[in-house]
Amino acid sequence: MRAVIIGCGRVGAGLAERLARAGHDVAIVDIDTDAFDRLEEDFAGQAIRADGTDEDVLRRAGTENADWFFALTEGDNRNAFAAQLASETFGVQNVVAKINDPVRAEAYAMLGLSTICRTRLLVDALAQHTGLPGDPGADGVRVAEGHHDHHDDSTPALHSER
Amino acid sequence: MYIVVVGGGKVGYYLAKELLDAGHELVILEKNGPRARQIQDELGSIVLHRDGCEGKHLAEAGANRASIVAAVTGDDEDNLVVCQMAKHHFDVPRTIARVNNPRNEQLFRHLGVDEIISPTRMVLSAIEQDIPVNELLHIAQLKGGALDLVEAQISESSPAVGRKPNDIAMPEGCSLFLLLRGSNVQQIRPDTVFQVGDKVLAVTPAEGEQALRRELIGDGDGVPEPSLTR
Repeated sequence: MRAVIIGCGRVGAGLAERLARAGHDVAIVDIDTDAFDRLEEDFAGQAIRADGTDEDVLRRAGTENADWFFALTEGDNRNAFAAQLASETFGVQNVVAKINDPVRAEAYAMLGLSTICRTRLLVDALAQHTGLPGDPGADGVRVAEGHHDHHDDSTPALHSER
Repeated sequence: MYIVVVGGGKVGYYLAKELLDAGHELVILEKNGPRARQIQDELGSIVLHRDGCEGKHLAEAGANRASIVAAVTGDDEDNLVVCQMAKHHFDVPRTIARVNNPRNEQLFRHLGVDEIISPTRMVLSAIEQDIPVNELLHIAQLKGGALDLVEAQISESSPAVGRKPNDIAMPEGCSLFLLLRGSNVQQIRPDTVFQVGDKVLAVTPAEGEQALRRELIGDGDGVPEPSLTR
């Protein structure tokens, strides 16, 4: 399985290592060389210093043949943008974008993008820790399954033309 | 008309100024504090010191009653998100985005942004006008990008030389309509014969572009010129 990750922060680096250790083919992209210090010395994947919102860079990272694409930079908009580039331009089937603004995360989830919202995850986890019941409306991880096929007419913008 | 402008840089500032002069009602969202104050000092209280990418700030700006949302920041990803939020969350009828990387134009269009303005593309086109190229020059996009107005320069290697419009295998949906010959402009008629040096203006759907290029310019194995668009 091939995975492309943009953003080599703690989450990106952690995921990259775990996937690589499990024997998967991983490329991780970050604009800052120092970010790659977070990776272990023996990281078996490919590290690319470049702008992960650039189409040419994503092509170089092998996004065309990727089974998974994770947009995990610090910027919600960069993540939303790169994730849509991966799904719409490169046709990657499994795309996840980290979007920490709950309103934006919700909006993109409705548009058929799988999103992970740290804000919601933490608020819900901490609230439960204090003994409050879990809030099913505060779903930090929203998975859009096969969003290419399950679109309704209200969201034509994200329909794939392929 | 009520217009929400996101991004108070040079483009946003002058845009707001022109729109105010034309009597429109508008608000600018600018996330940088000093810049927001500066615009406020010059144009009055039409500025919200807010990040226009956040849903609640767009709501505060009255995006749900806006006729147009124009995203003109210097960052393509921000402009895309603003337009998508405006379109899908606030049902704004018309969204306009500034696109800096010409490669992003197609994605923006595909994702439903109504109008795309690419300063880079415009300068590129202006430069290309003066350079002989064996690519079609893109002059303008019509019908929200479904059609392109293009110009083809007829060179010695062009298969169209000495032929009439009806002798050319025209791709579906293409139409040749204007001929620039020397300093003359003429309509293309059935008896027009194409000559070396002619410039032909045509309207074509994107999928017909390669075929049109082959008919008017050739396969490009004549005198290869580096293309500026690739």
